[in-house]
Amino acid sequence: MARPEFKTDLPVMLAPPERRQGEPLRIKLWHGIALFGFCVLSSTYVFADDTQAPASALSVLVKWMPLLLSGFLFNIVISFCSMALGTIVGTALGLGQISLIPVVKSSSWFVTQFFRNAPWLVLLFFAMFLLPFEFDLGFVVIPFPDWVKAIIGLSLPVMANVSEVVRGAVRSLPSGQWEAAESLAYTRQQTLWLIILPQCVKRMLPPWMNLYSILTMATVLASVVGVSEVMTLTGEALAAEGGRTDLLAPFYSFVLLIFFVYCYPIARYTVYLEKKFAVKD
Amino acid sequence: MELFFEWFRVLYDTTGINLPFLYDSYDRGRMLDGFLTTIKLSIVCLICSVIIGIVGAWLQASAFTWTRRFVNGYIQLFRNTPPLVQLYFFYFAVGALLPKVETDWGGQAPMFGSFAWAVISLSFFAGAFNVEIFRSGIEAVPKSTVEAAESLGFSRLQIYRDITLPLAFRVCLPALNNNLVNLVKTTTLAYAIAVPEMLYEANQIWSDNVNVTEMMFFLLIAYFVLVGVLVWGMNSWERNMKIPGYG
Repeated sequence: MARPEFKTDLPVMLAPPERRQGEPLRIKLWHGIALFGFCVLSSTYVFADDTQAPASALSVLVKWMPLLLSGFLFNIVISFCSMALGTIVGTALGLGQISLIPVVKSSSWFVTQFFRNAPWLVLLFFAMFLLPFEFDLGFVVIPFPDWVKAIIGLSLPVMANVSEVVRGAVRSLPSGQWEAAESLAYTRQQTLWLIILPQCVKRMLPPWMNLYSILTMATVLASVVGVSEVMTLTGEALAAEGGRTDLLAPFYSFVLLIFFVYCYPIARYTVYLEKKFAVKD
Repeated sequence: MELFFEWFRVLYDTTGINLPFLYDSYDRGRMLDGFLTTIKLSIVCLICSVIIGIVGAWLQASAFTWTRRFVNGYIQLFRNTPPLVQLYFFYFAVGALLPKVETDWGGQAPMFGSFAWAVISLSFFAGAFNVEIFRSGIEAVPKSTVEAAESLGFSRLQIYRDITLPLAFRVCLPALNNNLVNLVKTTTLAYAIAVPEMLYEANQIWSDNVNVTEMMFFLLIAYFVLVGVLVWGMNSWERNMKIPGYG
């Protein structure tokens, strides 16, 4: 949409800022350094202060570290699987949203809006309680443990968001692309697969990776429904140490730190991609 | 009305679809309380977070370096950590440090209950986003407008209140609406610190009646309607506030 250009020295308002899909995560390197410093300081400070303590907070943290890291690995597995599942279904839904068949279009629009408007936690509960614990196909029984249900529950909102990303990316292409393809006698399907979607991929990548960061942070929600991921394990480790209050700060800041170490490179790479793919006027 | 509610008891007896929050007056009261708590929590957080956003955006343009650094630190801290962890941090860590107050019957009670902590934590979470949103709107107001106001003898506060903010507000309304809708969805997290909101009450009911399926579907539809009404209201407000020919 081209706006008419008005030339004036004293505009009352400047042009509105670019609307983006989703807020980018702005993580900087010093946040990680600060977190690391806090994690170490809070554990050693207590050691120096309290000589009566049975074991220093740092040594307790080191003792539990392998367990916490394996818990975090589980978080990553959950985030990978729900992202994959959500992307596949979401892309199909997004293509449905731009379909020419009214029924497909309106129904996929409705599904997208429905899952976008429902809170993540409610969807997680939904998947947790309503999916069967095993699926009997007659000849083979597929077990559905808690973490598989968590993956499905988290992939529902991801699906709706990916659907919007796909629709937005297709909409953002200039209509000249469609018209040019039409004049070259491409069919609609060919236009979509050969011309529109390849151009959309690089537009979709930054918001898609941003969504992945948000999903990774949301995997903590699985602790509320009892999946033994990093947050649950932290709580259990703290309980096993007898609920010492001086351990709270080092343990929780350690959890924040590992999330940071994982999300920071992704955020940097997203910013890099955004700059690289930015359309120059 | 009683007949309408009794119909659901008959429905349960004949089809097995159990909706106790309609035919059982005790469960009905609980569900209604939960619904009202969700709305109350949402509205209080909405107002608080918008106030935090407006004040924060004003402080961010302050002449003092440390004020700006403090506001930026607050934004980064609250935007880059999961809201659930923030909620736990406020409720368990900060809540335990605050002094206890004496109740009427001589007992000890924490200074803030779970509802108050949910309001504080969620408002700060959404407020951090609101500061950024308001700042982007303020940036759209050109310097010459502010300079014109300065030359007319307006003070800094007057310029912000009477000139910058009303103009900026219209620019940032779409982003603000997005964030506020997100906030209403985030109120479900208050479940984790036992605020009796809709998800929590539904959990109580399905624990008593073993009707998880019906309650889950009801919850999804209830949130869909709640958020839908909010989105519709916000969108029509956005249309009314639109500056003709701009954006």
